[in-house]
Amino acid sequence: MTKPTPWKRKHLTGIEHLEPGELETIFETAESFKATLTRSNKKLPSLRGSTIVNLFMEPSTRTRIAFEIAATRLSADVITVSGNASSLVKGESLRDTAMNIQALNADMIIIRHSAAGSAKYLSEIIDIPVVNAGDGAHEHPTQALLDAFTMREHLGKDLRGKKVTILGDILFSRVARSNIWALTKLGVDLTLAGPSTLVPKEFEKFGVKVSHKLKPALADADAVMLLRIQHERQTSTHFPSLGEYTSMFGLNQLRAGYLKPDAIIMHPGPINRGVELDSKLADSGRSVILEQVTNGIAIRMAVLYLCGSYKDQKKGKA
Amino acid sequence: MSEYLCIKGGRIIDPANDRDEVADLYVKGDKIVGALSESELKEASIVDATGKIVCPGFVDLHTHLREPGDTSKETIGSGTMAAAAGGFTTVVCMPNTKPPADNAGTIQLILDAIERTAVINVLPTGCLTAEREGEKLAPIGSLEKAGVVAVTDGGHCIQNTEIMRRAVEYATMFDLPIFDHCEDASLTDGCVMHEGEWSLKLGLRGMPRAAEDIMVARNAILAEQTGARMHLQHIASASALDVIRWSQKRIEEKQGARLTAEVTPHHLAFTHEHLAGYDTHFKVVPPLRTEDDRQALINGLLDGTIECIATAHAPHTEIQKDHEFDYAPFGMNGLETAFSVCYDVLVKAGHASLNQLIGWMTYKPAAIINRPKGTLSEGSSADFTLIDLEATWEVTEEGFRSLSHNSPWLGQTLPAQVTRTYYRGELVYSLS
Ligand SMILES: [Zn+2]
Ligand SMILES: [Zn+2]
Repeated sequence: MTKPTPWKRKHLTGIEHLEPGELETIFETAESFKATLTRSNKKLPSLRGSTIVNLFMEPSTRTRIAFEIAATRLSADVITVSGNASSLVKGESLRDTAMNIQALNADMIIIRHSAAGSAKYLSEIIDIPVVNAGDGAHEHPTQALLDAFTMREHLGKDLRGKKVTILGDILFSRVARSNIWALTKLGVDLTLAGPSTLVPKEFEKFGVKVSHKLKPALADADAVMLLRIQHERQTSTHFPSLGEYTSMFGLNQLRAGYLKPDAIIMHPGPINRGVELDSKLADSGRSVILEQVTNGIAIRMAVLYLCGSYKDQKKGKA
Repeated sequence: MSEYLCIKGGRIIDPANDRDEVADLYVKGDKIVGALSESELKEASIVDATGKIVCPGFVDLHTHLREPGDTSKETIGSGTMAAAAGGFTTVVCMPNTKPPADNAGTIQLILDAIERTAVINVLPTGCLTAEREGEKLAPIGSLEKAGVVAVTDGGHCIQNTEIMRRAVEYATMFDLPIFDHCEDASLTDGCVMHEGEWSLKLGLRGMPRAAEDIMVARNAILAEQTGARMHLQHIASASALDVIRWSQKRIEEKQGARLTAEVTPHHLAFTHEHLAGYDTHFKVVPPLRTEDDRQALINGLLDGTIECIATAHAPHTEIQKDHEFDYAPFGMNGLETAFSVCYDVLVKAGHASLNQLIGWMTYKPAAIINRPKGTLSEGSSADFTLIDLEATWEVTEEGFRSLSHNSPWLGQTLPAQVTRTYYRGELVYSLS
């Protein structure tokens, strides 16, 4: 297992460029924060006095709330700006929105945006840390971190050699991409599964296996991670129907039997019960879906804390 | 200004005439002449070209000048100054203006603006279909009468094959070449880059090669069956080249019209890997593809499958390019950097000779539109360019004559510099 290395980053725009030691640093930090979550007084003073702007240009209630709670636990003030509700962003470019937020003396921006690369683009415009809360089909780093964190709790801290399968719409999934980077860095034996239209063979270039057959993809897996399947404009030409998907690729009791007996079932939510995942399985003892949600708070606290402390280092030097 | 001009002691390269020698080049009025009389020589302005290349002015078959309608991006004046700075003396401008050049009146408007503001030769194209919508034929005969050198929907590929067939068939009556941007739009809807390893990594929607290959095949088949002179714009796919080769052979056997293709400097220089940083300067269509495609394009030039180099100069304002990758427009500036970039990736890299490169940028494109340009033959228009191969230059925003600066070469140092450009015997660009 890799040793934690000091955190030197200002932004977290993705997992792809992180070192394994940096992942360990985030996990260790998250572990210590997680221990405080069950206290009666949950607040820590770490980011007291700083203002974090939650810039959600694309709606996502879950991620937004998780970041809000994480920031609040660290005593930061959080302001959420939603792309479709605010006059600040109406017809205004991302550059101008960002410049305004900076002019309002925010100390950090968390951004969710439908366009890939937008978090990186934002980080090049402004001087304060940028945390990516999902950019198009590119990355969703905190989701991958909380997923790996949850696996560490169940499968052991050393994930090397563990077999994990991600099943579903990989092509359009930022969660899948961030997980590919995170899990391969941690030494996981990773398989991507699903219909050929949503799981192109070319993903093998990133050091993972690609399978369109469920039995071998799930056989002896230590964890299976399901992705939400939507049959909307974006994917309507990629597979015939939700019913067809469920019959070919949905995780049901029979298919769950291919997994290792103590394997865990994961899902970033929100679940389509009965589509990608059988409802009973979702609520079974093998499901760690709600633990993922809780861990999301600790992971996001760690990320905000680490990126926020970058700013302190810089101030100290000046 | 003297009526006579003597460009002294340069290395004259005129691939159309297989000429490569250190000699003097003579100009009388607006024409190249073989010699000047002693008295004419006395009167002549002398330009010392020692150590410089003297070659025909470049010809670009694919320039977007944006006028009328998008004059914040470019005008015929600024675009031709940029062209002159790049060593071009003839450019063919695309009809995707606002309004589109789909009627004789708009062509006349463009010709008037050319007359007033162009510093070099500008040849307009007209649309194949009304409003460039791909649904109804444009008045191609009237466009030809108004003076277009080719018909094309400029940046928009006609999706309906029946319309394309009729457009091509109709255009052949006027012996007009048809230029096409080959793209099956049903395969590229919402896509912003080449489909492959990098699109997967970046989470950007990818255009498959098939989108280009399918339309190349369709167009090649229509060209063969109608005898049309089809010119395929900015080819970027290795497999499309195989389709072109196959078709060129069939057409040759039938002794029908030629099927030609062009390649851009940026497709010769870059691959999809250059999009790693989401830099919108690299957002072009057809997209930058793989290293294998890039190598195939170079080979396509060398074996003659690709006839010429064209810039696809597509100016966009900084404000438009400064966005999230998905929201930025496609296209990059190309006129001012074209020769240097091609010199770098073709000649310096050891793939081609300087004479080959100059051929791909001069008489070869001119032949596609059937114009006696791109040569230093006696009696031809005195359109020529002086180049310092030893010089290097830094690409800067301030250095651009184009109104737009959307160039991925900004900040880079390029080899070989155009030092002077003459059009009809007049100096239209001089490196200060
Ligand atoms: Zn085009
Ligand atoms: Zn074009």
